[in-house]
Amino acid sequence: MQQLIYFLQKFKYFLFFMLLQLIALALIFNNLNFHRSKYVNSANSLTGGMYNKVSNISEYFSLKHTNNILLEENTRLRNLLQQKDISILNIDSTVIDTLKYFQKFTFSNARIINNNYAKEFNFLTIDKGEKDGVQKEMAVINSLGIIGITDNTSKRYARVQSILNKNSNLNARLKNSQYFGSLKWNGLDYNIVQLIDIPRQATVRVGDTIETGGKSTIFPEGILIGTVSSVNKNNAVENIINVKLFNDMSNLGKVYIVKNLHKEEIKNLENLVNE
Amino acid sequence: MNKTIFFGLLFVFMILIQVFILNNILFLGYVNPYMYIMFIFLYPLNKNRFVFLFLAFLLGLIIDFFSDSGGIHAFSTLFIAYIRLFFVRVYFNKFEVDFPFFRLNLEPFGKRFNYVVTLTVIHHFILFSFANFSFQNFSNVLTNTIYSSIFTLILYFLVTFIFSKKQ
Repeated sequence: MQQLIYFLQKFKYFLFFMLLQLIALALIFNNLNFHRSKYVNSANSLTGGMYNKVSNISEYFSLKHTNNILLEENTRLRNLLQQKDISILNIDSTVIDTLKYFQKFTFSNARIINNNYAKEFNFLTIDKGEKDGVQKEMAVINSLGIIGITDNTSKRYARVQSILNKNSNLNARLKNSQYFGSLKWNGLDYNIVQLIDIPRQATVRVGDTIETGGKSTIFPEGILIGTVSSVNKNNAVENIINVKLFNDMSNLGKVYIVKNLHKEEIKNLENLVNE
Repeated sequence: MNKTIFFGLLFVFMILIQVFILNNILFLGYVNPYMYIMFIFLYPLNKNRFVFLFLAFLLGLIIDFFSDSGGIHAFSTLFIAYIRLFFVRVYFNKFEVDFPFFRLNLEPFGKRFNYVVTLTVIHHFILFSFANFSFQNFSNVLTNTIYSSIFTLILYFLVTFIFSKKQ
């Protein structure tokens, strides 16, 4: 007993140090897991609130740029609306109402108050949370393309796992041929992401557009991602295609959050099949 | 100024500067100074180290909260806080009797330089290894460590130079 007390007395700092190091290690390993990273994140009210205050100020410096982006998007959407009128008139006059109003996704807007892009596991923080109906695993996009998936929510804030995260894995496809693969990031360049598992028979050329595939319950179909910047011509096991993002991930402001209204239904159905 | 108040203010100040200014620098896209470890260098050497170790852990953890990085800052900051004493013995030849009179700013520049450089490089190396979390891109870890260390050290010596002139 005396020896034990003597031991504790001698190594008390080392033991305290090891205890704290173990806590830190546990937090590190927790954070690597998409579904369990709930302890240390910037979506809590203190850090979220402080980021919100700072970005309230810094927002003014990019007002002009933001306005331009909005104007461009509005122009594009107006043009799309015009096209739609014509095509509906051209096809037929019998439109079934349930088809016309078959809404699968709802969009709401948010503002990015903290943006990371230079690390290997990047996260963003947005200023909408559970109070505004943001839940886990909702898509985050902007007018230029995809940004990420929400992974942690608090009352007023949510944390978004950026596509620039080594854990991220999205369904994506070629716009011209519908072959699909998964989109990952190797942690090097924040403008370039990797598309893997595209079938060999698919012809991929530099400059082809990549968009979301709609095979997941998170992202709507056909959201833009980027263009093919280089194709691996070697006979490697994994068929890696480099994709240059349309979005400049280092310069993001307002985003849209996409909610899939049919998510429960699809998930239930898929679970039934598995049983 | 009272020592406790001074280090309390320094603690808060270091966090605010790191999170809202230095984390946004990203020179050339990835080189970032981590000047908050200055707190570890400056904190006085006490006989009782529990408070210091806990503060180091807390400092790292708060930075982690802001930058969504799990516990990597907490781990690396606590590590240099623990091994600090070893390097004080090696570089300055100070032992427990000298601790109350030890002041980093009064030591000769050469010794101080060695001490600060060693701790900074160790901290950055652990930090970037954990941030990368694989043996792929290991050269990236090394370049990140070297460039960011240089950046941190330049900032540290600039700051100490400015504040020592005033006194």
